[in-house]
Order: sequence, then C-alpha cells, then structure tokens
Amino acid sequence: MYDFSIITTAIDQFLRSLMPSGLAIFIECVLVGACVLVAYIVLAIIMIFMERKVCAAFQCRLGPMRVGFWGTLQVFSDVFKMIIKEIIDLKRTDNMLYNLAPFLVVLSSVLTFSCLPFAKGMEVLDFNVGLFFLMATSSFGVLGIMLAGWSSNNKYSMIGAMRSGAQMVSYELSIGISMLTLVVLSGTLQLSEIVSRQSDAWFIVKGHIPAFIAFVIYLIAGNAETNRGPFDLPEAESELTAGYHTEYSGMGFGFFYVAEFMNLFIVSGIASTIFLGGWMPLHILGLDGFNAAMDYIPGVVWFLGKTFFVIWLLMWIRWTFPRLRIDQVITLEWKYLVPIGIVNLLIMTLCVVMGWTL
Amino acid sequence: MKQKITYLGRVYWSLKSLLTGMKVTLKEFFTPKVTEQYPENRKTLKISERHRARLIMPHDEEGNNLCIACGLCQNACPNGSIRITTKNIVDEESGKSKKTLVSYEYDLGCCMFCQLCVNACPKGAIKFSNDFENAVFDRSKLVQKLNK
Repeated sequence: MYDFSIITTAIDQFLRSLMPSGLAIFIECVLVGACVLVAYIVLAIIMIFMERKVCAAFQCRLGPMRVGFWGTLQVFSDVFKMIIKEIIDLKRTDNMLYNLAPFLVVLSSVLTFSCLPFAKGMEVLDFNVGLFFLMATSSFGVLGIMLAGWSSNNKYSMIGAMRSGAQMVSYELSIGISMLTLVVLSGTLQLSEIVSRQSDAWFIVKGHIPAFIAFVIYLIAGNAETNRGPFDLPEAESELTAGYHTEYSGMGFGFFYVAEFMNLFIVSGIASTIFLGGWMPLHILGLDGFNAAMDYIPGVVWFLGKTFFVIWLLMWIRWTFPRLRIDQVITLEWKYLVPIGIVNLLIMTLCVVMGWTL
Repeated sequence: MKQKITYLGRVYWSLKSLLTGMKVTLKEFFTPKVTEQYPENRKTLKISERHRARLIMPHDEEGNNLCIACGLCQNACPNGSIRITTKNIVDEESGKSKKTLVSYEYDLGCCMFCQLCVNACPKGAIKFSNDFENAVFDRSKLVQKLNK
C-alpha cells in the first residue's frame, strides 16, 4: 500500500537539514495550508461542474456544452465573471459582520476539509478526537450564515438565516447520532484509526443493518446540513430570492457558493470515511489475489471515488424531491430521524456488546 | 376513508414513495438526453411532430388544395393574422354560384401559433409545419400567400 508519509517525512528532513526546526515547521505549515487551499479550490471547481452535469442528466438535459470540450471551461468562466463583479457596499447594514460572514462560512468548511484523511499518511489534522473536532468546526458555519442574514438588513436574508439556523442546528443532532453509531462500532474518534480499522471490511458491511440505517440517516441529515436538496429552504429561490446571501455580490456570494459545494464534499467525504472505508481499498476476506490487486490502486483514488459516489447519491436525492416546508423539515428531524437514530444507536451498541458484528 | 397510519407505517410508506421517486429519476439519468445542439446539428435535428412553427396549406400534385373558402379560420384567428379573399364563380352546368379562394394571406408576424385556425377548419386544409427557421430581414416578407 502506498504511504504518503514517506514523502512528507522526506520533505521534513530536507527542510530541517537546511534551517532551524522552528522555521522548518513554519514553512511546512505554510506549504500544507497552500496545498489544502489549492485542493479546496480544485475540488470546488470539479464539484460545480459535476453538479451542473448531474443535474442536467437527471432532468434529461445535457448541461453546459459550449465553453470548452463538453463545457469543461464553463466553471472557469463563471468564476471569472464573479471575480470581475463589483462588491457593493450597502448602506444601513452592519458592515463588519456583513463582511465577516462569508469568511466564517469558508473558514468553517476549510477547517473541516483539512480533517479529511485523503490517503495513508495524507491527513492534515489528525488527532485522537478528530471526529469530534470535525463536528465542532463544521457546526460553526451556521454562525456565518446567521450573521450574513442578520447583517444584511433584508427580510429575505433574515428569514433565510433563521430557517437555516433552525434547520442546521436540528440536523446537527442526527449527524452526530449517526456518527456516534459508527464510533461505537469503531471504538475510536481518530479518523486515521477509523479508516485503518476498516482494512478487513468497510463499516457499512461490518455493522450491517444498524450501520446501513445510520448511513441513510446520515445522508438525509447531511443533505439538510449543506442546505441542499429537498432542504434548500434557507435559500428557497421562489420565496426568498436567495435567502441569506441575497445581498452579497461578487466574491462575497462566491464564498457562500464555494462553501456550500465544499460542505457537500465534506459531508460526502466523512460519509465515505466512516461508512465506506475512506482510502482503504475494497478488501474481501479470503480473496488474497484480489485484495493485492486492489492495493495497487492508490488511496487517493479510492477516497475520491467513494466520495464522488456519495456526492452523486446526494445529488440524486437533491434533484428528485420537492422542497419541504419548514414545519415538515422540523417534523422529519425531531419526530423521525432523531428517535430512529437513537434506537439505532442502541441496536448498534447491543450488536457490538454481543459481538454480532461481522 | 381516513385510515389511521401508525408511526412505523408512515416510515414504511414514505420510504417506499421516496424510493419510487428515486427510481424515476434514476431511469431519467440514463435515458438519451433531449437537448438539441441547434446550430451544429442542423442536419440531424429532430423536432417534435406537433411543434407549431408556420402555417402551411398542403397542395397535391396538380396544385389543388382542400380549402373551400368558408372563412372559419379567419374568424377563429384571435390576432387577425389570416385574410381570405374570395370570389364567386358560377358553375356553367348547374348555374349555381360557388365561393372560391382567390388568395389566402397569412401574416407570420402576428401569428401566436394557437392552432385555433387549424382546429376550426372543416376540411383539414391547413396545418402547422415544424419548419421553424422563419427569420427574414423585411417585415413584408412575413406576410405569406399560402394558396397557389
């Protein structure tokens, strides 16, 4: 199996041989930060392109076809258009909060993004409460959204932000419970450890029925968490023009847009890490030749493949179902997902205690 | 007929209906797409049979049409884009006078493609074709004489 830490250790030793260790660590931090941001942008571009194509396919269309081969350059021209747009300073808004809000949203998703284990040895933030840290960072994105709605001094923004707050705070619970179900199964919160414990079988196979229920709950709650799909009522176009980012122009809007897509990637990335084995190749017990062949495919490919599969699942959900009403959203969460999730957590605990897992 | 649905029953039925919806969209995902890339594929363009682009009056080989000059299409047209000129011709054998068509003028510029004229026609003498490239440089070219 490929181990990315060989490369990072080599770079580390090379830098330390040239300069004092404090400076070396500083340069490494800058390098890693730049890598994370570049990966973030590249993945966001891929995701926006994928969203447009998949959405088109579900609606029996072709999607963007004109700019570049099969519309591949469409996203770049969109970004270019967004960059050259004027950033409008609004009167009678809370200017500081107004300008701070998009950065909070992006900060939250970049922090969460850097928790994802991309391959063996390719984890930026990896420590013993990784999953807990990840949930904490992902949940303060809602703060940025609330601030955006509040500081815009706009009714649409305010209503959108309030809806978003109610929805994201509620669905955080379901995400937490379904993650907890898998933590019970794995017995650790460290993301790299979670992945390496799936070397014999992925957790969705190991935990069979309760893990599958947790997976379904996670997908539903994840869609709600990213304000997409049937749960896009914080930015319901038909009612609220654009919800909390109505007043933003140019890159202010661009940040919200990118953060929304990257939150989708993050939700899918976590799903593939804790349910589908992360970068771990597909291993079937007993088939040693097959397992060895699978090991030749690098972990990054496995991780991205699984993640994009989950993204596709979420897009499928998004482009199938109509938008829910706010009371239906809250009913679904508090009357269905949370009780089922808690019962599921108990079942999983029972399975683990009795040794009924595979 | 209001049945009491239990909690788990509701979960079951909603999951079932959600999966039905997802099956439909999954089928749609893999069907050939309907988008036509118009200017590039003019040769292979497929336009629906029922598309209404221009009113035409079909003629047979001898140049006869089915129009009886009754004027129903002219009356049915909400925009007044059809103007029929008729004249009475006396049939020599029977001595009866018969209304015949002199010119059937159709103004494409003010047609709204509602198909009321086609529906009103008792003989099926006019129909809509899907020949849609109707742009011209002069407004007077939009007024077309349909009969020969």
